[in-house]
Amino acid sequence: MLSALLMYLKVIFVGGSICMIAQLIVIRTKITPARILVIFLMVGAILGGFGLYNYVVEWAGAGATIPILGFGNSLANGAITAAKTDGLFGALSGGLIAASAGIAVSIGLSYLISFFVNSKTKKD
Amino acid sequence: MIKLGKQTYQLEKDISVVTGLSLVGQKEGDGPLKRYFDFVEKDDKMGEKTFEKGERHMFVKAISSAIKKSGFSNEQIDLYVGGDLMNQLVSSNYTAEELEIPFLGLYNACATMTESLIIGSTFLETGGLNNVICATGSHFSTAERQYRYPLEFGNQRQSYAQWTVTGVGASVLSSVKKSKVKIRKFTVGKVTDFGICDIANMGAAMAPAAMETLNAFFKDTNTTQKDYDLIATGDLGKLGSDIFKDLMQEKGYDLETNYIDCGHMIYNIDQDTLQGGSGAGCSAVVLNSYILNKLNTGEFKNVLLISTGALMSTTVNQQGDSIPCIAHLVLLEVE
Amino acid sequence: MNKYARNERYVAYVENKSPKAGWFESLFHAFLMGAAICCLGQMFSDIIRSFYPMMDLLTVGAWINIIVISLTIIMTALGVFDRLAKYGGAGTFIPISGFANSIASCAIEYKKEGLVFGIGSKMFFVAGPVLVNGVAYSLVVGIVYYIISLF
Repeated sequence: MLSALLMYLKVIFVGGSICMIAQLIVIRTKITPARILVIFLMVGAILGGFGLYNYVVEWAGAGATIPILGFGNSLANGAITAAKTDGLFGALSGGLIAASAGIAVSIGLSYLISFFVNSKTKKD
Repeated sequence: MIKLGKQTYQLEKDISVVTGLSLVGQKEGDGPLKRYFDFVEKDDKMGEKTFEKGERHMFVKAISSAIKKSGFSNEQIDLYVGGDLMNQLVSSNYTAEELEIPFLGLYNACATMTESLIIGSTFLETGGLNNVICATGSHFSTAERQYRYPLEFGNQRQSYAQWTVTGVGASVLSSVKKSKVKIRKFTVGKVTDFGICDIANMGAAMAPAAMETLNAFFKDTNTTQKDYDLIATGDLGKLGSDIFKDLMQEKGYDLETNYIDCGHMIYNIDQDTLQGGSGAGCSAVVLNSYILNKLNTGEFKNVLLISTGALMSTTVNQQGDSIPCIAHLVLLEVE
Repeated sequence: MNKYARNERYVAYVENKSPKAGWFESLFHAFLMGAAICCLGQMFSDIIRSFYPMMDLLTVGAWINIIVISLTIIMTALGVFDRLAKYGGAGTFIPISGFANSIASCAIEYKKEGLVFGIGSKMFFVAGPVLVNGVAYSLVVGIVYYIISLF
């Protein structure tokens, strides 16, 4: 029970802190959210490339995988793991394979809802 | 027409603003100016399928109502001048097609209202035609779709951002039919660029253009802010109008009691629009509701309206260019 | 006065004059929203692992991503996600939910332009940079790793 509680504290700490750092960059600099997403993705991919991010994932679980850093990490990890087993072909295909489920669900579900929903004007 | 100084012109004929009509969306209708507006539309699609068609519908409704209100028929209107914020001025073009009035499409972003008043009154001054309708407008949802993000996209606005006004303002000008309010002078602005690149901070980008135009007008006519009952800028918003006041102070003009900004006054503070309204519809609806009303009731004798426009293009802005801006000034007087 | 100096002076003045978002408040909101979304993910991961204890970490990670993505898209369709994002800022766009929202909102918004030029070509109008860069980095990492592993 205590260990589960501790795990959630770690998730809150890591997930919240990553978002807070991004927000700090948003309000302190002129960097747009889209650029920050790309920067964080790159950081995740670099840390993943050196195999460092997996330690964070092991420590903080969803607190590390849900932020976009985790997406970058899984792309890099996928490429490395596939390169180990399938050589050059794996190095080329591994990244997309690792991310494929998330991307496919995003596209498929968005496609589906777009048939039923219209955009609404913002009230504020 | 007499040229005064470098950029200002004085009209010799009596050019009357016969009627003004304003049509706005619900959010504007909830603001402090609600009792001045002619129409407040609950549905900003106007029952149409898309926001673009809704904007078009708003234009048609506003313009035909304005013509009816002025007592003319469509055939008696010789010319329709105006524009909007959409690419290729789609809303105005389709409206002109429906109304079957000869049409000149104008684009000066949010400064299009005063630009069309200038073109309209110049045409009337030349004679040969009697009645002109000037109409501009904008729509929050179509502008958001074209210039920014999808409507359901979640993002936080910058604290200095503004809100595009949904609304259309139309004025009928005439050289034959008399009314209290006349257009006397106007100043054609120069494109001004003080190096602001942030497209969310349009107030700061446009303030120097307003300053240049108002300064030129004061120089050309040898007057100061004290000679006018009201000086109104188009859509600088709160931040932009504070900057504008600072810039005018530097030039030696102290704008305090008789200065308003249409963008700043169109929404209440609790409506969460940050710095206030913007868009081609902003100065158009405030002119055709609040300002004309106060002129007609005699509360103001003369009003300077300076619509300001940020002539930005997302393409060149992404290539690193700053935002060029323009402001045109019109002097409205009561006899 | 030369234009360059004038502009530089003006931009600095504007920078100084522009209101800054409330520091503490906006950071706190981002922290709260980010932590909440990650906790939701962790909760789903715990549920999945209680049913399938043998599932490896990577697959669990992929599953919780799928769940968060689906929830985000449904909330976008209901028109509530943009309200959450207005509150949370980076707290909603840094988690995978931001990626999902940007795709779903584009799909809804541009369907009026048709299936091909609307949904088809504009779906990745906002999310495109993430996908393009992500795939490019993974290629670099994969190829570099492959070359190193040759020696």
